[in-house]
Parts: sequence; C-alpha cells; structure tokens
Amino acid sequence: MPAKATRVAFGEAILELAAKNKRIVVVNADLGKSTMTQKFAEVYPDRAFNVGVAEANLIGIGAGLALSGWIPFICTFACFVIGRFETIRLSISYSHANVKIVGTHTGLGIGEDGYSQMGMEDLTLARALPNLAIIQPADEVETKQAVAYAAEHDGPVYLRFTRQALEPVSPTGYTFQFGKGTVLREGTDVTILGTGGPLFNCLQAADRLAAEGIRAEVINISTLKPLDEELILRSGGKTGHVVTVEDHTIRGGLGGAVAELLSEARPVPLKRLGVQGFGESGDPRGLYAKHGLDPDGIARSVMKFLKI
Amino acid sequence: MATADLAHLISLAREFRVQIIRMLTHAGSGHPGGSLSAIDLLTALYFGGFLRYDPKNPWWPERDRFILSKGHCVPALYVVLGQIGYISEGELLTLRKVGSRFQGHPYPGQPGERFPGIEAATGSLGQGLSIAIGMALAVRMDGRPSRVFCMLGDGECQAGQVWEAAMSAPRIGGGRYRLDNLCAIVDRNRIQNDDFVDKTLPLDPFAAKWEAFGWHVIEVGDGHDMGAIVKGLQSALEVTERPVVLIAHTVKGKGVSFMENNPKWHGVAPKPAEGIQSIREILGVREGDWLDYLRRTPKVAAIVEELQALETK
Ligand SMILES: Cc1ncc(C[n+]2csc(CCOP(=O)(O)OP(=O)(O)O)c2C)c(N)n1
Ligand SMILES: [Mg+2]
Repeated sequence: MPAKATRVAFGEAILELAAKNKRIVVVNADLGKSTMTQKFAEVYPDRAFNVGVAEANLIGIGAGLALSGWIPFICTFACFVIGRFETIRLSISYSHANVKIVGTHTGLGIGEDGYSQMGMEDLTLARALPNLAIIQPADEVETKQAVAYAAEHDGPVYLRFTRQALEPVSPTGYTFQFGKGTVLREGTDVTILGTGGPLFNCLQAADRLAAEGIRAEVINISTLKPLDEELILRSGGKTGHVVTVEDHTIRGGLGGAVAELLSEARPVPLKRLGVQGFGESGDPRGLYAKHGLDPDGIARSVMKFLKI
Repeated sequence: MATADLAHLISLAREFRVQIIRMLTHAGSGHPGGSLSAIDLLTALYFGGFLRYDPKNPWWPERDRFILSKGHCVPALYVVLGQIGYISEGELLTLRKVGSRFQGHPYPGQPGERFPGIEAATGSLGQGLSIAIGMALAVRMDGRPSRVFCMLGDGECQAGQVWEAAMSAPRIGGGRYRLDNLCAIVDRNRIQNDDFVDKTLPLDPFAAKWEAFGWHVIEVGDGHDMGAIVKGLQSALEVTERPVVLIAHTVKGKGVSFMENNPKWHGVAPKPAEGIQSIREILGVREGDWLDYLRRTPKVAAIVEELQALETK
C-alpha cells in the first residue's frame, strides 16, 4: 500500500460513510481543498457547508447541528479549530454535542507554511476537556476505520490528521479498537510509544536500535483519550524504560498523558520526544531531522536515555 | 504626485512582482495570488511617501507601523523590506527553508533577534486589525505622531474578530482617542482559499458595513492603478476624527495571465517553467522577443537561469 496523508484517507472515508449514513454533514471554514472534503461537497451539496474564514462560527454551527440530531464533521487546520478553545469548551464539550472535530495540518510535518499553520498544542488543549475523545490514526488503514468509528461514537471526538503522506504501519488484517493501543513490534529493553506522523520513523529507529542489540517495543497509541493505560503499564513494567514520540509539543500531549499515568500508577523512567519550542518553516524531512524525530534522531535519543 | 514619481512606483512594483515570483519558485510553496494583488498597494504605501520609516533606524519609535494581517502574503512584504535595505536580496531566496528567518508567515523574531519591519506574528487570519488598534492606541497615549496601517484580505473579513475590531476602533476608550491614526487597507480581490468570496460567503454590502461601524470608507476602484492608489492614500491621511478603511478593488494574481482571477493560484507556487513565464509576462515581453530581451538584460537573464537550474534539482 502506498504512503498516503491521513487527511486524504479521511476525505475518502467520509465520502464512503456518507453514502450509508445520511446524518453525516461536513462543515468547512474555507479549507475544503486542504481538508480534502471538496469531493464530499460536490457529491452531497445539501449536506456540505462552507462558513468562510470563521472558525468560531464553524464550531457553533457544528454544535447546533449535533444538538439537533445530525452528525457534523467540522473540518479545518488543527491550530485554527482547537485555537478557539473556549468556544469548543462550552458549545461542544459542556453542551455534550456530538460533534466530530477534524484537525488537519498537524505538527512540523506540514513543512514550509511554518508555525502559524501548525497544530502544535492541540492535543494538550483537547486533552483538558473531560468528554472529548481524541484519535490520531497513523496510516490510511487506521484512518478509514477510525473515521467510521467516530461517526458511530456517541459524543464529541477530536480527529487529528497529517498533511504529509504516511507510510503504512498497521499489521495486516488490522482492526481499530477505540481506546486500545497496538503493539507494532515486540521488544524487551525499551518501550517506544508513538502516535501519528512519526510512527514509521519509530519502527525504523527500532531497526537501528536492533543493530545495536537493543530490542525496542514499538506501540501505536492512536487513541490518546482515553489512553490504553493497561497496555502502557504492562509494556513499561516489562521494559523499564518508556519513550514517547509525537509531532506535537512535548508539553501536555502524548508525553504529558503518559507522564501523568506513569508517575501516579507505576513510576518508570520516561523520555518525551517531540517539539520543544515553536515550530518553523522548512521541508518536512529537514524539520524532522532538526527536531530529532527522524529515525536517527529517535534512535540517538533512545540510546542516550538508556545510557548506551 | 508628479508623473515621474508615479512612473517610479510603477517600475518598482514591476520589479517586486518579479522578485515575488522568484522567491516563491525557489521556495516551491507559498501564496502568489494575494501577494500579487497586494503589491501595488504596498509599493505606494512604502515608497510613495505615506508610511514613515527610517531605513537607517528600523526601530525609530516614531515610525509608522504596518501589520500584514493577511500574513500568507508575506513574500510581498519581504521584497518591500528588501528594497528599504532591511534585508539583502540573496537572503530572500532562503524563504521557507529550514533555519531561515524568512518564515512562511510573518514572524517578528524573539527578543534580541527582532525582524525589522515585521511588527507582529500573523498568519492566523482575523487577528491583525485588533493588534493595529492596540498599537494605534499606544502611540496616541505616548503622544507620538505615528500612524498604523493594517492590510486585510477580503476572505479574512469573514472572521468575527475583524468585526469586533471594526466595532471597537471608532469607540474604544469612549471615543477619547479618536483613532484617525489608524488605516485599514482591504485587498478586495474577491477570491479566498477554496473559491470566489461570493460563492463562499458574500461580504456585500461591504463598504456599508464599515460605515455602519463608524469608519470613514474610501474605495479605490482599481487597486493596480498607481495614480488611483496614491489618491486614495492621500485622502486617507486627510481624514480626521475617525479611523479609515481603504477598500481597494484588485485582481488576485495580477500581472500573470494564468494566475489572474483564478482561485487555483491562491496557495500554489509556480513550477520553474511557470515562474519564468510569469516573469516574462510581468515584464511585458512577448514570447518571440524573450531571448533577445534576456540577451539585453543580464539581470533578468540571471534570474531565469537560476530558475531553470531549479528544474533539474
Ligand atoms: C484563522 C485562519 N483560518 C484559515 C486560514 C487558512 N487560509 C490562509 S489564506 C486563506 C484565504 C484568505 O483569503 P483572503 O483573505 O481573501 O486573502 P487573499 O485573497 O488576499 O490571499 C485561508 C482560509 C488562516 N490562515 N487563518
Ligand atoms: Mg481575497
């Protein structure tokens, strides 16, 4: 299967789902081209709305539709939608509105447009809302299933997608299970918990580590909320070292969630990899290398963490 | 303004268009449409004697401020700042590359590394006019003569914050400050990201909205007619008691036939061959005369060669 951006897989998935589920509605904020929902708007013009460059209105209209029995997917860049946090907090979250928030263009992976367009703190903010489920699929197969799941899930969901194409990482015959992580590679020396964009690099880093005699267990944490606590505690307990990898700030995202879990339930040394400061412009590969999210960077950080 | 001065502005704008295309082709991504629709306005503002600045002292406290609220069009601002001398021409080609200070959207830099001429971070649409109001208030309270200009996109004017700002500017502080030192400029090119503005969410009656909120409105019928722009800016400076909005009717992608009035060219950079064709059209050279022109114009020939070299990369 060729590499595919999860935003592209989302655009395909929502089109297929809408054929069966007549309650699905798509609302955009002048980023239909970028969130890959233009095809949906062509095929289902009566169930597609573009509110223009107006994200707070996007959120509110989504809430109103959901509170009246529709299933709206509200779609724009992650930073712009989650950036209107307080509107989500009240209109969607506290109202228990069944809105599916779709945030694309996440992390350094968007590349040249730079920090102002990068979803970089969206997981941190989304995690704070008690009833908002968070799913970040890692490849095409997982995206299609996660989107189908989100449409059925009773309650608000935040779906986080990439601009850049992602290599497949899911095992053959994979079935997405909400709230469950997936062991992509078993190991005994260190647990690498990855999510979204950098997961393929985590697997490649594991290859490099294997060459050094280190057996890394690589786990895909695609549901960030609720977290698969049991799996993380089990793996961390086995290996004694946990590393988190995400294309997102290291403050409050996957790394933050795992730090909260481990420190309360079972203290295990933890290293969080991700973005330390602001993002910046550049080609995605170059940015991953600069910020240590490429295979070499991840492998290097793991070795340093294990003091090898 | 004298005819000679107008001719100078027109020729500057033509050079700027070439540089915008050159930068974007090198970068391989970015927003040509809105950069080309805005460049005549920026040229008149910066080099027609309207915006006050000191090239030797970018942080002169009495300088006028300019906020590019439609931050995605920052290439147009970079070339203008290059002409002032704040940046070198070579540096422009690092746009959007890892480690460059030429970010894809305006970034003022951290303390100690401030970027001259970039007064605030923008790129999330809808935020600039509020910042401009804050600055206009600040210079008033400090008793400085500075003015604040802010450029917005028309699609951007769908954002609620723009109208929060619009409502507050004439009234803030109980009207005590009368922000006639504030001038908003709307690049009314009628196209946004996905499509035409009218097909997405129409703004009309647009001028009437600003008027209703208490602004003095000046419309520039052709935002590429340098004489008309200059006249518009002149009358903007004469307005007292109220903030001014200059609504300039422009053509997105102006100067390049295949980009003009085409939503497709909002956020796609030209490929090298397209970049070269764009430059030829901007310079007004017919295809049959191009090679001859390049032989006579080494400066342009060098740029063309540079872009051709990108093709093989
Ligand atoms: C808050 C926000 N939402 C969405 C975007 C993505 N975006 C970038 S440019 C653009 C369209 C802007 O159209 P307009 O304001 O008319 O600009 P211009 O035509 O001058 O390029 C959009 C939606 C953004 N930068 N900020
Ligand atoms: Mg526009």
